[in-house]
Amino acid sequence: MSAIELNIDCSGAQNFSLRVDCKLPAQGVTAIYGPSGSGKTTLLDCIAGLRAPGADSLIRIGNQVLSDQNVQLAPWRREVGYVFSKARLFSHLSVQGNLRYALQRRRTRGNFTIDDVSRWLQLDTLMERSPDSLSAGQQQRVAIARALLSAPQILLLDEPFTNLDGVARKQCIQLLQQLSSELDIPMLFVSHDIEEVSELADYLLLLEEGRVRSQGPLIELCSRLDSGLAQEERAAAILCAGISRHDEEYGLSELDVEGETITVAALQRPVGSAQRLRIPARDVSICRQRPTDSSILNILPVTVQEMSAIGPSSLTLRLALGTQYLLARITRKSAANLDLQVGDTVYAQIKSVALVSAPADGNAPVENL
Amino acid sequence: MSLSDAELNAIYLTLLLASVTTAILLLVGTPLAWWLSRRRGSVAALVEASVALPLILPPTVLGFYLLLMFAPDTPLGRAWESLTGAPLAFSFSALVIGSVIYSLPFVVQPLQTAFSRVPAGTLQAAATLGATPRDQFFSIVLPMSSRSFTTAASLGFAHTVGEFGVVLMIGGNIPGETQVLSIALYDFVESLQFAEAHRLSAMLIVFSLALLFFLYRREDASAWRVSA
Repeated sequence: MSAIELNIDCSGAQNFSLRVDCKLPAQGVTAIYGPSGSGKTTLLDCIAGLRAPGADSLIRIGNQVLSDQNVQLAPWRREVGYVFSKARLFSHLSVQGNLRYALQRRRTRGNFTIDDVSRWLQLDTLMERSPDSLSAGQQQRVAIARALLSAPQILLLDEPFTNLDGVARKQCIQLLQQLSSELDIPMLFVSHDIEEVSELADYLLLLEEGRVRSQGPLIELCSRLDSGLAQEERAAAILCAGISRHDEEYGLSELDVEGETITVAALQRPVGSAQRLRIPARDVSICRQRPTDSSILNILPVTVQEMSAIGPSSLTLRLALGTQYLLARITRKSAANLDLQVGDTVYAQIKSVALVSAPADGNAPVENL
Repeated sequence: MSLSDAELNAIYLTLLLASVTTAILLLVGTPLAWWLSRRRGSVAALVEASVALPLILPPTVLGFYLLLMFAPDTPLGRAWESLTGAPLAFSFSALVIGSVIYSLPFVVQPLQTAFSRVPAGTLQAAATLGATPRDQFFSIVLPMSSRSFTTAASLGFAHTVGEFGVVLMIGGNIPGETQVLSIALYDFVESLQFAEAHRLSAMLIVFSLALLFFLYRREDASAWRVSA
């Protein structure tokens, strides 16, 4: 499998330095995740050639070297598409003019036409408009279309949804999900929003103060207590499920996870479809016995696999459910009251489930099932 | 009211001088303004100050030094004479050189302001789409500052039409060669021909007012109001 190889040693202002040495998959969506100031944008700028990555650095995508000790390709000679957090459209050109700008300058014969990208990103009615007259979401869609038209080997996206409101953000995420599944272009996507990341990413690179904190497939990394993600307030596990039954009487759908059933509000997708679920750690509580008089529908038998202290009063538990994992955030006092030990079999009560990576269904959290 | 040959000559010469000067100013001023808009530091500051100097110096100071430089016994004067066969001092070419220097800030400053308003991020976006720096300049920077080119050219032209001190020092007063409008006007006043002086003055006022009115009426006039 071809890979993206990054070995960057780049000093910036105010003692900031980015030191990254990693390999990322050259397919699917990789999220670069971390708090602001962790070097995410700097990393993208180095890949795009907008910033020098340091003398001994290596940047390679597949077998194409963009930068090493001998060669540093200029940005205009790299086949890198870049979608900035502000769309950076050319205000003196129409939407169509912006798209044509990219088309006229592409070095390789790309497969897409203006018609293709405008269909994918729903720009048909906007072609004659001036970029300044567009909403933030429309602008960002034009920027994505423009970057795709330059026939890039890789698409970089720097917090592309930051300036978008809820509806536009959701639409943009869905469009990118479709693009990533239909086009063979790897995407590197910078975000500081873990929910965005879990909707879009297959792989995760976690940065902290200019260093790689951890990296791995999204699902695996989310449930690992040492990855840095499980310590966050909004920590959540991601489960892969399949739709097993629609319950029309109550307007619900049942999903199968490792032989157990999770119930959510009715999904408009056929039985058998795959569905990713995101379950926040703080919405999972633990019982020794299976509760029989609870309003909560989703109660799963799990095994405590690992416990890790978060601050003075809390614990995060990693709970095995077959080959997948749940996270639970409980107080230290509860753990002591229940006398929880690694290896115990307990019941996880799940208060909310969010649906992710399901373009047709969206991801509205389904509370209190 | 008919104009005398001398007056017509002066008007023709003035328009020719202003046109040639403006053309040269746009060719020289554009790269200079671009360079200044992308540079910080002492060298750039010194260049910027030099460009702005004609704004505050009495034109006669500039004219005096140019006159010394253009004399036939200086390296510049000698080189010019051996190249063209005619002396530089008191020639139309000398007027053009003087006018270019004298009107330089009126062209460079509006362009520099316009260029520095083109966001660096926009140029980065163009670069990632495959545009070389040259391509970026012609496809992004120039069209985004096209209105400022009109401003710069108009100001350069008008300022050259209105110049007096430099022209007086380096041009002499040769009808058909260096006697431009402002000098002809000065001559009329000196010889108490007030009717002719009135005529030329009124024409200059109407022309200048019309040009400035046209510039101020446009929306982006603020771009150069400070520098002018």
